[in-house]
Amino acid sequence: MIFGRRTAKSLENADLAPTIEGRSLWADARIRFFRNRAAVAGLVVLILVALFAAFGAYVAPWSNEEVDWSVLGQVDTMGRPSLASGHYFGTDELGRDLFARTVQGTQISLMVGLIAAFIAVIVGTIYGATAGYYGGRIDNFMMRLVDVFMSVPYMFVLILLLVIFGRSILMLFVGIGLISWLDMARIARGQTLSIKNKEFVEAAHAIGVRPSTIIRRHIVPNLLGVVIVYATLLVPNMIIYESFISFLGLGVQEPNTSWGALISEGASQLQYGTLWMLLFPLFFFVITLFAFFFVGDGLRDALDPKDR
Amino acid sequence: MLSFILKRLAVAIPTLLILVVFSYVIMYAAPGGPFDTERTLPPEVMANLEAKFGLDKPLIVQMFNYVWNVVVHFDFGPSYVYKDQTVNDIIAQGFPVTLTYGFWSFVVATVVGMTLGILAAIYHNSWLDYLAVGISIGAQVLPNFVMAPILTLVFTLWLGWLPGGGWQGGQWQYVIMPVIALSTSFMASIARLTRSSMLEVLNANYIRTARAKGLPMRRVIFRHALKPALLPVISYLGPAFVGMITGSVVIDIYFSTGGIGVFFVNSALNRDYSVIMGITILTGALTILFNLVVDILYAWIDPKIRY
Amino acid sequence: MNTKATMYLSAAAMVLATSAMAEGTHPVTGEALSDNQTFSYRLLDQFPTLDPQLNEETEGHHAIRDLFEGLMIQDGEGNVIPGVATGYEASNNNQTYTFTLRPEAKWSNGDPVVAADFVYGWQRAVDPANASPYAWYMELASIVNASEIVAGEMDPTELGVKAIDDHTLEVNLTKPLPYFPAMTTYATMMPAHRATIEAHGAKWTDPANIVSNGAYVLTEMVLNEYHSREKNPMYWDADNVIIEKTTGYVINDVNQALTRYKAGEIDAFYPLPAGQYPTLLEQMPDQAHAAPRLCNYYYQINQWPDGKEELKDPRVRKALSYAIDRNVIVDQVLKGGQWPAYNFAHLKTAGFEVPEIDYASWSQAERDAKAKELLAEAGVENLELKLIYNTDENHKQIATIMSQMWKQKLGVNVTLENMEWKTYLGVRKSGDFDVSRSAWCADYNEASTFLSILVSEEEHNDGKYSNARYDELMEASTTSESPNEMYTEAEQILAEDMGVIPIYHYTQPMLLSADIKGWPFNNAEFNWYSKDLYRAAE
Repeated sequence: MIFGRRTAKSLENADLAPTIEGRSLWADARIRFFRNRAAVAGLVVLILVALFAAFGAYVAPWSNEEVDWSVLGQVDTMGRPSLASGHYFGTDELGRDLFARTVQGTQISLMVGLIAAFIAVIVGTIYGATAGYYGGRIDNFMMRLVDVFMSVPYMFVLILLLVIFGRSILMLFVGIGLISWLDMARIARGQTLSIKNKEFVEAAHAIGVRPSTIIRRHIVPNLLGVVIVYATLLVPNMIIYESFISFLGLGVQEPNTSWGALISEGASQLQYGTLWMLLFPLFFFVITLFAFFFVGDGLRDALDPKDR
Repeated sequence: MLSFILKRLAVAIPTLLILVVFSYVIMYAAPGGPFDTERTLPPEVMANLEAKFGLDKPLIVQMFNYVWNVVVHFDFGPSYVYKDQTVNDIIAQGFPVTLTYGFWSFVVATVVGMTLGILAAIYHNSWLDYLAVGISIGAQVLPNFVMAPILTLVFTLWLGWLPGGGWQGGQWQYVIMPVIALSTSFMASIARLTRSSMLEVLNANYIRTARAKGLPMRRVIFRHALKPALLPVISYLGPAFVGMITGSVVIDIYFSTGGIGVFFVNSALNRDYSVIMGITILTGALTILFNLVVDILYAWIDPKIRY
Repeated sequence: MNTKATMYLSAAAMVLATSAMAEGTHPVTGEALSDNQTFSYRLLDQFPTLDPQLNEETEGHHAIRDLFEGLMIQDGEGNVIPGVATGYEASNNNQTYTFTLRPEAKWSNGDPVVAADFVYGWQRAVDPANASPYAWYMELASIVNASEIVAGEMDPTELGVKAIDDHTLEVNLTKPLPYFPAMTTYATMMPAHRATIEAHGAKWTDPANIVSNGAYVLTEMVLNEYHSREKNPMYWDADNVIIEKTTGYVINDVNQALTRYKAGEIDAFYPLPAGQYPTLLEQMPDQAHAAPRLCNYYYQINQWPDGKEELKDPRVRKALSYAIDRNVIVDQVLKGGQWPAYNFAHLKTAGFEVPEIDYASWSQAERDAKAKELLAEAGVENLELKLIYNTDENHKQIATIMSQMWKQKLGVNVTLENMEWKTYLGVRKSGDFDVSRSAWCADYNEASTFLSILVSEEEHNDGKYSNARYDELMEASTTSESPNEMYTEAEQILAEDMGVIPIYHYTQPMLLSADIKGWPFNNAEFNWYSKDLYRAAE
């Protein structure tokens, strides 16, 4: 993973459990977050990109699959970005409207990132919390299993999976989700280890609350801070994966598209005087990832009481 | 420490076995086989091919034979597609190439990334910091399949400085562009890691003390701050290794370097079962080994860590 | 055939006689030659093998044609001319061929090339232990006992080919095959050097081990990077070989290949990036070429018993075909001088007369109107189709354009499904599609190579198109004196049934350095030999 285990490691041990002492720490964090200009700018960008994805289609005079026959075959001259033709971002090499396609690609890429992060959060948190809470042999076994999965050259496995089950957006989610939870599990376990010795957990245990309820009611909510930070940093990495998979020609099916597919198509047209095909999708890709990184860093700084 | 290493190695063997079984099952679940072409082969020709490569035997027998040959003879068998080559030949050719540009990429990524990170941390919240952060995130998000064609357009076509592809046994002109294209995203990660851990260390009490005592800044950094700040970078070695193997797919496709990445993708697409297996097992084993080395290194540098 | 062969022979003799070539000029044209006689070209993918008997694809065949020489070879026009054989005699109603081998032919290690080397090579091709994927080629050639040997019922030594003496080879066929000598140009029928193969096994094609009899020898081989072949001084016609060294570079990415071509790293480059031919022609008019290539591009329509009912109605199939504006695909998407196809066999196939097909002469507006009319007549509304194609930029573009044409003109909803190649082959074979992209390249330069694949029981007919009369015609054409009449009728039946949808006939757009001469643009099978090329002085 590009993301790196170090972030995971630092989060494993980070002291990020603000809810223990009530709501005021959350409020503190919010104030700290909004004082961080880069993070706030990132948040604004993310909101704008989300709005673009949600409502862009209503602004576009063309759909994402319609071929503009008057442009086809002379894209380098007729397909330029222009307000007059209604192709605000120009067209792709088949005369399809790039604005509409970017909107639609944004939806897919954001969805891939968010769903992968969601899977990671659900599976990873429960898995890690369970392992951490029970400890001992169960913990040992569960974490060794994670080690085993982590030794698998995951990208190769992903390529194999996609080759075998055919390209579909579902497989993409499954493939990415399969690997994304591993780091999360480690982080959640590390945090659980420190939480489970806190008084309120011991108290719950003492009055006979069942372990599954303790995990659900007491451990998981207290993992939230770390989980949110990690999930925010996971989204951009998942979007990068998706782009790599699309580059290999294994992404979503036509006429649907994604940032990765648009960028790799645009990059293949570099020499042919149709640079807009690369620049528009790349712009959205880059600003979104920047924004996620800034927001993620901002959240970590805000939730981490240690003042950096 | 020794028992720790032994324990980890003991886990490695079942891991590899799981990997073998898993890859085998997925591979055989894949539609199409290595001998399918546009032209449908007559059944008797197909039968001969399957007999030659042992594909007519039951799956379990094939798998057992395979593991036996790998473990006992270190023989990964013949390639089903490259008929003049064995998997050992292919690995012997592809791995050194990938490891070479991977190694140089790692060196470049570490040196440049750490320098950027340290500078950014020292001049925290200055323009240098912002620039370094900007560069590193930019480098991290610019996909290498965009960077590779840009590099060739600039250095090969416009400037005419470097050959547009090939490997030629690893002559330096052929190594430069692959290393740039591969190292940037790792460089960025390392810069970000170094910056944040350096910041953390610089705020630690003992550093403040050192500085309060009036020690020169350079001395503080190189004597006291660098070593602890390096830890996260070392732990990043493992993922970086995996990332470089994965990244070699793009590098090999764009720069015709003939590394392991292009063999893997082609063999997956061609259903060249034995090559897929060989590469998966070897990269799996190397990943395990790397992670182990990283952990040992980590423990050696930071005595607080106990296993 | 016999007289023809003799004619070629004398032509070859003439060339030999005048070959006392002055240093630095071309022996025939007299052009000044460059001092740098090297040639390099781009390979899309690494070829799987250099073993002639195991080869099954074109990239490998290009290299093998340089390294090995069969009984006959092709010239720049695609004509069959003497290779190792100086000529042949057909007897027994074209069922026995006796080839005379030239005594001066040598292997690269100096051994003479003898008839037994061909016998050995051909036996390797059918030997089940060797499992050549091209064993069927020997069956197609109807060599006595080939099928039985491939099936494992007979020993390879019983193949119907004999070395009468060192320089006489006799081949026996099970049926009259006038084009048999042309088949000997393909890799499968090239000779093999027994001592080398027995000494090195599968590794005999290594540069260090290989012994070959062609104009070139393999000197370097790095998988997925490059290979080079250098002039073979032992070659019988080495005096007339001008290019000293040919290098093939594997460049997977087509745009990267173009960059490297422009930077002067390679001399020849095909296929070109999708749709870029006109621009490149404008930029480099002396380097961009597009020559006919004997392949057709078509869509199969699912007519399986359990397929969609609507597609069993010829009116619906016709409507789908008529609604496709082939000129748009050819002129605005592919842009490489391809021909819109309304019939099945490639229009440049030797001796083939393109039949008159009704809708070929209509305007597109007429076709569109007719398409709507036919669909209404068939009472089909809201047709939903699943279109499958394999991963490739051109295929994707054509599929997208077609689906939009169908949607906008006929209201047909198309779901595109893109698969990678091996999956695609399996899915198409199992009939899990409504329409599927297909293409066929000629095995030999005659119309039946195309038309025969649409016969009902033929295994490449994945759409299961079936017409009894069509089958009858194709059967009759094999022994007919005037097969063209039958081909015409078959094509008309095909158009009337619209059993498949022809889209276009191929060209091979390529870039070739201006100073490289002798490229066989008129060989529609795209069989080029380095020995025919040369680099002219600037």
